[in-house]
Amino acid sequence: MKTETSAFILLGLFAICSSAVSADLPPITVRRDVGPGREPPILVSISGLSGEAVQVLQFDLYVQGFAITDAAAAQYQIIGRNSGNLEARVVQRINQSELLGNRVYSGPFRRQVHRFADDFVNAVPGHAKGIALTRIMFKGEARGTSEIYVADFDGHNSQAMTHDGSIVAAPCWVPRRLAAYYTSYKLNHADIFYQDFSSGARRVFARYGGSNMSPAVSPDGSRVAMILSKDGWTDLYVANADGSALRRLTKSPQDESSPCWSPDGQTICYASKERERRSLSAISASGGTPRRVTTRLASNPTEPDWSPDGKYIAFNSQYGGNFRICIIPSEGGDAEDIAEGEHPSWAPNSRTLICARRAAGRGNYVLSVLDVMTKQAKDVSRISGTSSESQPSWAK
Amino acid sequence: MKPIQFSKLLVLSLILTVAATACKKTPVRVTNMDGSRLGYSQVPDNSITNLSGTEPMKGTEGDAASRARDSGIPSVGPDRFKNYIPHPEILKAYSVYFDFDSSVVKSGEKPKITSVAEYLKGHPGEAVRIEGNCDERGTEEYNRSLGERRALASREAVVEQGADALMLETISYGKDKPVAVGHDESAWRLNRRCDFIVLTPPAAP
Repeated sequence: MKTETSAFILLGLFAICSSAVSADLPPITVRRDVGPGREPPILVSISGLSGEAVQVLQFDLYVQGFAITDAAAAQYQIIGRNSGNLEARVVQRINQSELLGNRVYSGPFRRQVHRFADDFVNAVPGHAKGIALTRIMFKGEARGTSEIYVADFDGHNSQAMTHDGSIVAAPCWVPRRLAAYYTSYKLNHADIFYQDFSSGARRVFARYGGSNMSPAVSPDGSRVAMILSKDGWTDLYVANADGSALRRLTKSPQDESSPCWSPDGQTICYASKERERRSLSAISASGGTPRRVTTRLASNPTEPDWSPDGKYIAFNSQYGGNFRICIIPSEGGDAEDIAEGEHPSWAPNSRTLICARRAAGRGNYVLSVLDVMTKQAKDVSRISGTSSESQPSWAK
Repeated sequence: MKPIQFSKLLVLSLILTVAATACKKTPVRVTNMDGSRLGYSQVPDNSITNLSGTEPMKGTEGDAASRARDSGIPSVGPDRFKNYIPHPEILKAYSVYFDFDSSVVKSGEKPKITSVAEYLKGHPGEAVRIEGNCDERGTEEYNRSLGERRALASREAVVEQGADALMLETISYGKDKPVAVGHDESAWRLNRRCDFIVLTPPAAP
């Protein structure tokens, strides 16, 4: 991404004026760093709030590219009260003008704070849409078994969605529905299930010979990409959302794993191997010849996820025992190292990611939310009843 | 390299190759080694393809036969052995171990593969489930694919030794079912493995 690191904004008017005065003076340029990992946080102060309100707000804002500072240094000053319900307004320090008029919130307390966070973020000019009310799905593990969980994006209000006492893997949240595709070993076989969690209804989606792995639902919910071994190799397949019209997209004895979709549903990106080196590849969802997606500066890329705005692909890169979340432009290019983690999943705002990070001792995972633009990252709160949380999927 | 050294190397290589081939045909310690449906000598022997004396070419994926195909050996249906009874203890000693991030069945592991094939040939009607596993170092879904490739590579190797592909099924657990829980190579090498689970038909004693 180095080629795109700097945007040069020519002050045209000044240039015209100065050239009129003297042709010898060089034009003044203003250089601004943009792009993933290169933006400074937006400074915010919080006054009048206390306890849980501050904790919730700090987490919400930090992982969307804001940093908390004192009122004198802040660009935006949040002024509120939380005796009873939350009440808050935001002013711009530089001219004390109001960015957000005073609002009073009601309902469950954490939700009041999340709603205010979204109101504030959505009022900041040019900033990506707030994500404080979104939810995540993940695999929670305890004592050798794992279940599918759903929680608020900060890990609070978690709830187990399955109770099979078996092994589950790779839940993929179906767009705009409380439903998922995931692998389960409950039938003593690695099958892909579809489950609607609002009704509880579950059906087998893919149960072919061998292992049925890594389901990825298309952004419009109409198709599912997956890895199957029914034909004797681990290859990439795609089927309709009901399991019909199964089609094999790759025919390679090499490994294919963890597919994801471009937002227009035209292309599937996946981890592959080329001349004994791991790489990312992309293939048309209707079949064709795969092309390599270059990930310069990153080794052993796996587990790609395509941003909802189509601009970036996040993936994890492995150096020795370290796993790092990296970002490339979706057409491929130089990788930008963002933070420690595995299995990234984009938030709907296309700037925040959730990933799994290995806890000390290396055996277990914790979930971590990170802002791609500023590289600010924070672990979500631990989930009660599980010893490891991994493979997050952000609801979109 | 001088000609004299080359010919010495060639002789050495041939000795090694013959030795390796001889080892491969050493009788294996498996119970009930009765007459097999596919005679051992009828199995095409592809082992003498590499005169260098080093490890054979990279697994099933590198050889010319695989390159010419566009599929491996098709998997059997998911319910083929649905009501069969698993017996994890029978072939427990024959688990095959892998190098880091590799699905190549190493030559040192081939005698175990031969034993599994001999078991199947000696027990018509019984099947084997090959369970692929990985150490904890890779990512979860990468390992799930890798575990399946290990199981598929083991299955190909067992079939090459004359077992019936229709009596073999594969499953990958990725890194979800480690046998050793440590976080160093002593644990990892035990977790990079395929287990062979004998499946007997429901009616069998």
